[in-house]
Amino acid sequence: MLKNDIAITPELIKAHGLKPDEYQRILDLIGREPTWTELGIFSAMWNEHCSYKSSKKWLKQLPTKGARVLIGPGENAGVVDIGDGQAVVFKMESHNHPSYIEPYQGATTGVGGILRDVFTMGARPIAAMNALRFGAPDHPKTRHIVAGVVAGVGGYGNSFGVPTVGGEVEFHPRYNGNCLVNAFAAGLLKTDEIFLSEAKGVGMPVVYLGSKTGRDGMGGATMASAEFDDDSHEKRPTVQVGDPFAEKLLLEASLELMASGAVIAIQDMGAAGLTCSAVEMGAKGNLGLTLNLDKVPTREPGMTAYEMMLSESQERMLMVLHPHLEEKAEAIFRKWGLDFAIVGETTDTLRFVVEHHGQVMADLPIKDLGDQAPEYDRPWVEPKRQPVLAAADVPAPQDYGRALLDLVGSPNQSSRRWVWEQYDHLIQGNTVQRPGGDAAVVRVERPNGGHAKGLAFTCDVTPRYVEADPYEGGKQAIAESWRNLSAVGALPIAVTDNLNFGNPERPEIIGQFVHALKGVGEACIALDMPIVSGNVSLYNETNGEAILPTPAIGAVGLMDDVTRTIGVALAADGDVLVLIGDTTGWLGQSSYLYELHGREEGAPPPVDLAAEKRHGDFVRAAVIDGRVTAAHDLSSGGLLVGVAEMAMAGAKGARLLLPETEVPLHAFLFGEDQARYVVTAAPEDASRLIVDAAMAGVPATAIGAVGGDSLTLGGLLTVSIDALSQRHESWMPNWMSAA
Amino acid sequence: MKSAVLVFPGINRERDMARAFREVTGVEPIMVWHTETELPDVDVVAVPGGFSYGDYLRCGAIAARSPIIPALRAHAAAGRHVLGVCNGFQILTETGLLPGALMRNASLRFVCKEVRLRVDNAATAFTSAYAPGQVIRCPIAHGEGNYFADPETLAELEGEGRVVFRYCDAEGRITEAANPNGAVDGIAGIVNAAGNVLGMMPHPENLIEALQGGLDGRGIFESLARAA
Repeated sequence: MLKNDIAITPELIKAHGLKPDEYQRILDLIGREPTWTELGIFSAMWNEHCSYKSSKKWLKQLPTKGARVLIGPGENAGVVDIGDGQAVVFKMESHNHPSYIEPYQGATTGVGGILRDVFTMGARPIAAMNALRFGAPDHPKTRHIVAGVVAGVGGYGNSFGVPTVGGEVEFHPRYNGNCLVNAFAAGLLKTDEIFLSEAKGVGMPVVYLGSKTGRDGMGGATMASAEFDDDSHEKRPTVQVGDPFAEKLLLEASLELMASGAVIAIQDMGAAGLTCSAVEMGAKGNLGLTLNLDKVPTREPGMTAYEMMLSESQERMLMVLHPHLEEKAEAIFRKWGLDFAIVGETTDTLRFVVEHHGQVMADLPIKDLGDQAPEYDRPWVEPKRQPVLAAADVPAPQDYGRALLDLVGSPNQSSRRWVWEQYDHLIQGNTVQRPGGDAAVVRVERPNGGHAKGLAFTCDVTPRYVEADPYEGGKQAIAESWRNLSAVGALPIAVTDNLNFGNPERPEIIGQFVHALKGVGEACIALDMPIVSGNVSLYNETNGEAILPTPAIGAVGLMDDVTRTIGVALAADGDVLVLIGDTTGWLGQSSYLYELHGREEGAPPPVDLAAEKRHGDFVRAAVIDGRVTAAHDLSSGGLLVGVAEMAMAGAKGARLLLPETEVPLHAFLFGEDQARYVVTAAPEDASRLIVDAAMAGVPATAIGAVGGDSLTLGGLLTVSIDALSQRHESWMPNWMSAA
Repeated sequence: MKSAVLVFPGINRERDMARAFREVTGVEPIMVWHTETELPDVDVVAVPGGFSYGDYLRCGAIAARSPIIPALRAHAAAGRHVLGVCNGFQILTETGLLPGALMRNASLRFVCKEVRLRVDNAATAFTSAYAPGQVIRCPIAHGEGNYFADPETLAELEGEGRVVFRYCDAEGRITEAANPNGAVDGIAGIVNAAGNVLGMMPHPENLIEALQGGLDGRGIFESLARAA
C-alpha cells in the first residue's frame, strides 16, 4: 500500500477534472486510494483530450482504410503510401484553449506539437498549414489574438524550417470566447523506415531526450477538457512555452538517431507529457515500464513526482533504445546539445511504476490506464435543420460592381496575404503552388531520380454550413477539399480531421458531432479519401456559448508529375472561361447573405457526392493533360467572387456574358452551389473541352473570355482589376493597423 | 568549382543552399559542422540562412563566436569567396567581415515574399552573370533584415560601389514601397572592401529552377563558378 501525504478529498478529485463515478472507477481498478501522483496520472490519461471518452464511439465509425493507407489513426500521425517506397505522414491537431489564453505561446506550441508528431514517426516535415478561426473583427479581443496567433505560428514554423504553405483564417462572433488554432503538418519518409511507439523487449532502456522538464504546461490537457468562463485568463500557467530552436535540434538529432539503428520505439511528449508517452509505449507493447524520476533532467530543483509526471514542457521525446547502442545514441544527442538520460526500463510486470527519491510514487496497471478509460455514449438530439431559403427572399444588389467590391473586401473574403507573408512558405525550395490559390503544391523528389512528384495540401470547412445542417456541412468540408486538390491537378488520397465542437455534455452538441461525422464519413467513402489521423477538441465554450461546429479537414493529394499543376491566375488574353457544374443559385448560408446582409439563414447547399466525383475527375484530368490554363474551385462567394479571384491573381480582366438562365441573376452570380469550378482554355481547346464534358456527364458552359483590365458582365458591371485588388488586399492590413 | 556550406545549430536553409550549388555547378558542396576548426580546400564558403542558436542574444551573434569562424576569416583573408545569405549575412556582420548591422524589420513582422532587386554592381565575383542595373526577382524570408550603418560607412560603401543589391520596384526605382524591411537606402546586399565577401538578405538559392517560379537566383552561383 502506497502511503499518501496529501489527503485525496472530493475537492482535489474535482480539481483534477474527474467526476465522482470516474473516481469510483479508479478505486475499483486499483483496489485502494490512489496517491496524489497517481491521481494526477489518471486525470492526465482520462481527460477528454487524451481519452476521447465522449467521441470514441463515433470516431470508430469513420472510414480509415484504403489501398494506400499504411498506418491509420492511433499512432502519432497517419501514414499514406505515395509510391516509389515513399510515404506521406500527416496530422492536424488543435491548440484552441491555450491559444485563447496566451495567443503567441499557444500557437507556437500547437505548431511544435504537430511537427513533433510527424518527425516522431521518422519523417522529415515538408509542409505545414493552419486553420485559424477568430471572433468578430469588432470584438475587443480579436485583433490581439490574431496578432499573437499569427506571430506564434510564424515564429515557430519559420525558425524550425518548415514551409507554411496554406490554411484558412475566418472571423465569426461565435469564436469570440474561443478561437480555433488547428495546426497541420506533413512529412516524408521511406516506407521501410517508419518508427512506432510500441515498446519491444524486457529490460530495455527507456531514454529521455530533448529539453529539460519544467513546471510549464502543468495540467494543460485537463484544462483543455473544460469550458471557459470569465476567469480563464487565470489559467495562463497551464500554457506551455515553445522553443523552436530546441525543436529543430530535436528533429535533426532524432532523425540521425533513427538512421543509426538504435531506436526500438519512440513517442513524443505532448499532452500529458511523460505520463502519456510512457504509458502508451508500454501499453502498446504489452510491457510494464518503470521510471526513475531522479534521472529526469529538470529545469529547476525541487520538482515533485507529481509535477514531473504532469509537466507539458515542450521539445521532449521518450525512446526505447537497443541497449548496446546507448553510447552511440548519447553521442548523437550530445552533438546536438540536447539532454540525454536513461530514466527507466521496460518490464514484464504490466505495471507502470514511478520512483522518486527511492520511494514508489505510483504503481498502476499500465493497460488499464488507457484501455479502461471511461467511454461515454452521451445523449444527443437531432440537430434542427434550417429550411431552404428561396433566392427571391434575398435582395439583389442595386449595384453589382459595388456588391462585388464589398464582398472581396469583406472580413471573410478578403486576401490573407497579411497572414501568409509572415510565414516562410518558400523554405526547402520545393513550393510549387504558393499560398493564395486553391491548394498548395510541394515537390517530392523520387529516391532514384526521374521526374518529381507533387503533394498538394488544403484545409477546408464552412462552419456556417455545419451549424445550419451538420450532415450536409460535414459532407461539404470533404467535398471542398476534394475540389481544391483536384483543381491543382492532384488526386486526393487521404485526410486528417480536426473536430472542434462545444460541450459534449450537452445533447445538441453531440447531435451536431454525430451528424457532422456522418456527413464527413459518407463523403470520405464516396470520394475515396480515408481519414488517417485526427484530433477532437470539445468544450470550446465560454459562458455557455459554443463555437460554430467546426470539423476542419486537412486533405492531401498526389501528383505523378508536379510540373503539370496549374493555378487560379488567368493566364492569357482570349482564353475562354468555362463554368463546370450546375448552378441553381443557392443563396442559403452564402457569403453574400452573411457578409453583405448580415444574415445567416437557410439550409446550406446540398452536396451531390456523385457529381463531385465526376466533376473533380474531369477537371483533374483536364489539368494534367494540359487542356486548361487555369482552374479554380467555386466555394464561398460563388461564381463572381471566384472569377474575380482568378482575375486578381493573374492581373488580367475578363468579360463575362449575361447568363441564359431562369436563375435570378444575383443568385447565379453569388450562389454557392457545390461541385463547381471555373477553368480557362484557349478558344479551340475550350470548345473541345465542353464537348468532352457533355460526354462525361459534366455540365460545362462558356461564360466569357479573358481580356482587358476590368471584370465586366454585359452592361451591368465594370470593375477594374486594380480596384478589386485594392479592396481585396487592404481589408486585413487596415484592420490590423487600426488602433 | 568546389564549395562548402557551414552548418550551425538552428540553421535551416543549408539544404536549399546545397541544392543551388549542386544544380548550378554540378558539384555537391561539403557540409561543415560549426565545431570544426578547419575548412576543406574550396573556392567558396557559404553561410546559409536560418535561426542559428534560435536568434538568441542577437541574430548571428553566437554563431559568430563558433570554433569554425577563425577558419572562415582565414579563408576570406586569403581572398577566397564567402557568400552569406540571410542569417549568414547577419553572422558575417557579427564577425566583422562585413560592416553594418541588421535590425528588426521596420514593420516589426517577419516577411516572406518575392521582391525585386537591382544589381548595382555587376562587376563582382558574385554578380558578373548579371547586367549592370538589371532588375531581378528574389524571395526574402526574414524578421531582421533592416540594414543599417553609420554615415561614414555608408559613404564608403557607396563610394566604393560596394552596395551590390538594392530593393527596387519593377522599373528599378528605389522606393519606400519597394523596401520590405526599412533598410537604409534600400540596401539588400553588400561586399567587403576586397570584394570577396558578399552578404545579402534575399534568398537567391530559392529561385534557381522553373518549378520555383524563376531562374533569377542562378546568376550568383553562375558568377561564382565563373570566378573559380
